[in-house]
Amino acid sequence: MSKKMPEVPAASLADIAFMLLIFFLVTTTMDVDSGLERRLPQWVEEKQDEEVDVKERNVFVVLVNRNNDLLVENEWTDIKELREKAKEFMANPADDVNLPEKEPKEIPFFGEVMVTKGVISLSNDLDTKYGTYIAVQNELVAAINELREELAKSKFQKSYIDLDKEQQDAVRKVIPSNISEAEPKKRN
Amino acid sequence: MSKFKKGGKNELPPISTASLPDIVFMLLFFFMVSTTMREVTLNVTVKLPTATELSKLEKKSLVSYIYIGEPLRQYQAKFGVAPRIQLADQFANVSDISNFIIAEREARDEAERPMMITSLKVDENTKMGIVTEVKQELRKAAALHINYSSRKPAQQK
Repeated sequence: MSKKMPEVPAASLADIAFMLLIFFLVTTTMDVDSGLERRLPQWVEEKQDEEVDVKERNVFVVLVNRNNDLLVENEWTDIKELREKAKEFMANPADDVNLPEKEPKEIPFFGEVMVTKGVISLSNDLDTKYGTYIAVQNELVAAINELREELAKSKFQKSYIDLDKEQQDAVRKVIPSNISEAEPKKRN
Repeated sequence: MSKFKKGGKNELPPISTASLPDIVFMLLFFFMVSTTMREVTLNVTVKLPTATELSKLEKKSLVSYIYIGEPLRQYQAKFGVAPRIQLADQFANVSDISNFIIAEREARDEAERPMMITSLKVDENTKMGIVTEVKQELRKAAALHINYSSRKPAQQK
């Protein structure tokens, strides 16, 4: 009756586990996908002038040509200076008449604040290198992120990423990220 | 003299390997949790551009990928060296993108469809011409939420 069951050998368990481990090492990747997040504008069937009601002073024009040079507001610019220029444009601290207008808006936490009407317009040539294009986009996003960070620091004494969701929304409304990727113009 | 030597009978006991499976399983679980499965075999070379203002793609199931780059060497005889688009596992043309997006959308739950993201994995030496065409196609297909995939620069400034 009391016949003992033989013990299951566990010596090969390690081999099996190693096999599984190696399989997972080979078939999986560790990199986390990250990138610059953007929203494209809606597709409009008919070509219409979008910039009808946008005044000249409200547009920050960035052009990238086929040699990967930058023309910012009709001035040849190095990419290192782009961030400062974009920040100055979006913030307009001295209410310069050449920099964008502001309009009052009611925003939670802040009350009535002046929000810029500035739009950054980025256009490129068909022969522009993608790497350059991303570098320019990165600088523009960085400019806006820095402004938001400064605002969060002065208003809430906290870093932007440490704010809760409503506060982040409010900060985002005070400093909107208006980057428009203009459609390329056909060269005639 | 041989006070400590007892006739060679007392050998070193073998090291117990009973805990080896446990250690290996621990490693296995670590890799299973922290990595993701490869979805596609790349037919094009993609060297991502660098950027600092990155945001992470949170939900992998909502992301569809478009790859653009030079074909790998074994495909160059057939497809040339000019940058090509790769959708899923094969080369594609710009006109295939809208069908691809529709198929991707069909594969998701209805509730998840508005949150879908298209990730563009484009080689940094690609010309913008092809990228712009792809972007226009995405706009036509109403896949407006995109992500320019890029990596962190190697050293911090």
